[in-house]
Amino acid sequence: MNVVAMAKYIPNPTGTPEIGDDFLLVREGVEGGLDPGDEPAVEAALELTEQSGGEVTVVSMGPASAMDAVRKALSLGCHKGVLVTDDALRGADAWVTATVLSTAIQLQEFDLVLAAVESTDGSTGTVPQTIAEILGVPALSFARKIELKDGGVRIERQTETGYEVVESGLPALMTVTAGATTPRYPTLKGIMQAKQKPVEQMSVADLGLSPDDVRPTQKVVGIEDAPVRKAGEVIEDDGSAAARIAEFLKEAKVV
Amino acid sequence: MAAIWVYAEVKDGQVGPPALELLTKARDLGDTVEAVALGSGASGAAGPLGEHGAARVFAGDDEVFDGHLAQPRVHALHELVKEHQPNMILFATTYESRDLAGRLQARTGSTLMSNANDVLGPDRAQTQIFGGTKVVDVQLEGPDPKLVLVRPKSFAAEPSGGQAEVVPVQAQIGDDLKTAKVVERHEEAAAGPQLGDAPVVIAGGRGLQDPKNFELLKELGGAIGKAAVGATRAVVDAGWVPYNMQIGQTGITVKPDVYIAIGISGATQHLVGMKESKRIIAINKDPDAPIFKVADLGVVGDALKIIPQLTEELRSSG
Ligand SMILES: Cc1cc2nc3c(=O)[nH]c(=O)nc-3n(C[C@H](O)[C@H](O)[C@H](O)COP(=O)(O)OP(=O)(O)OC[C@H]3O[C@@H](n4cnc5c(N)ncnc54)[C@H](O)[C@@H]3O)c2cc1C
Ligand SMILES: Nc1ncnc2c1ncn2[C@@H]1O[C@H](COP(=O)(O)O)[C@@H](O)[C@H]1O
Repeated sequence: MNVVAMAKYIPNPTGTPEIGDDFLLVREGVEGGLDPGDEPAVEAALELTEQSGGEVTVVSMGPASAMDAVRKALSLGCHKGVLVTDDALRGADAWVTATVLSTAIQLQEFDLVLAAVESTDGSTGTVPQTIAEILGVPALSFARKIELKDGGVRIERQTETGYEVVESGLPALMTVTAGATTPRYPTLKGIMQAKQKPVEQMSVADLGLSPDDVRPTQKVVGIEDAPVRKAGEVIEDDGSAAARIAEFLKEAKVV
Repeated sequence: MAAIWVYAEVKDGQVGPPALELLTKARDLGDTVEAVALGSGASGAAGPLGEHGAARVFAGDDEVFDGHLAQPRVHALHELVKEHQPNMILFATTYESRDLAGRLQARTGSTLMSNANDVLGPDRAQTQIFGGTKVVDVQLEGPDPKLVLVRPKSFAAEPSGGQAEVVPVQAQIGDDLKTAKVVERHEEAAAGPQLGDAPVVIAGGRGLQDPKNFELLKELGGAIGKAAVGATRAVVDAGWVPYNMQIGQTGITVKPDVYIAIGISGATQHLVGMKESKRIIAINKDPDAPIFKVADLGVVGDALKIIPQLTEELRSSG
């Protein structure tokens, strides 16, 4: 089976993000990479194709430096990549992102599209579902366990209060939670091979989209610091802390 | 002038608090306030929805909605949108609603904003980013309906005493929308007070050092009485406790009277899920742990020693 794995490049995956004067994330001059949230989905894509044959195509939209995220996924074992990069996409919102990615995915052969549940920097958490609707396939969202079954897939889908078992035919899209797989590490050989693997770089025009198709539908009009909560009393435990906490709970009238 | 819709999730014929919170807010935003509920028992949910401001409830009771992921509901919702053309639809940031809003956007081509914690008008909403340290105002542009996913507990639900007219939803659901079937449903929630509404939340993090030490929190909960136990993502990912106990950005938001953070560092992604608690107690052995910056009472010390003492103290004075 052929799988598309979505891979988002995020600036500064571990540090604190910064916002520029234009209210957009500062993406220049910061060390970026593959969103760690995407790694479980990439891993799932690799495991599924190792079981059943077929190829994994990495699809990403981002600045030119997003090539790092694509190469990282290739170094883990994905077969080829597509990177959509275009100045017109700076400031892309959920709608533009879904439009661009779904168009790029439609150019691939796929039985399954895998994505993370939400991105680490944006945490929009709806882009894959929008893509699924555009592709006309179900979105098997929040998968915490994935199995191939009878030519389709069977997942455990995380819910607020437990989980559901969902079965679906293919093609389908799936979003993968953090615990679903244990991502592998790239090997030196994998890193060397990744440099030789084909990556197609595309612009908005290459996708056949017009500037109107990629016009954002929302605009940040103001950013302020949130009111901060004041720190209260801090005590060092000298054996009496439990008594102090008990007193606090009584004052709060919860015991 | 604006028509504001609220998508109300129903489960076993019951509507959850988020829809009632959103209806309360919707009354400030528009002069037409209506709700959509899709799933078995949906029309039975019209009572509370009406009481919280919905003049009409578009209700679809068909089991096809429960038996499949998103697609049948999105189809029905889109048919209603085409017919009635609301200006804005408010959803709660939950799994079901994220699936619905995401797919609906593909059909309407309208804007979709996630993680809002305030709605300022029919085309403006507010969100917090970077672990709740920045407040961002967002102008919503493009065609209606503007779609906004709002974090649960952003507003307090207040009844207005109204009554809703029930409008049955008759959507033709084709087989192509029935690919993803829900074949089993499992609950993993613990008995006793639920995280979302317990007056006291006791949350444990990696500082508990061993999954079995969560028992200490349960015992403390038993001594307090009206307490529920939660956790950080670090220990959920480590498999110590199930996901439904996770508090924070990618988990549940809680606002109890008292939040007790035990062995939790206070990462921004955790803070967004609990910093609106009325009072916060933190126990951490590191005096520089960021959690102390939001705590009303901070205790620097070994949680594994202090918690059993506290349980004992409450039992003997209780
Ligand atoms: C996209 C994204 C989303 C996330 N969403 C969430 C979320 O929803 N919820 C969430 O919680 N996290 C979330 N996180 C993870 C978050 O960044 C932190 O990694 C996590 O909250 C840390 O958990 P912790 O406090 O248990 O562990 P740690 O950060 O390891 O802290 C453990 C603490 O225990 C203290 N300690 C150790 N021993 C003791 C002892 N004996 N007594 C007392 N204290 C002790 C230590 O001093 C330390 O401060 C998210 C991260 C990302 C990237
Ligand atoms: N620009 C992008 N390039 C590749 N994948 C993306 C992009 N944006 C979103 N995704 C995928 O969709 C998931 C959810 O994104 P979001 O809805 O933005 O939180 C991400 O974790 C990725 O797997």
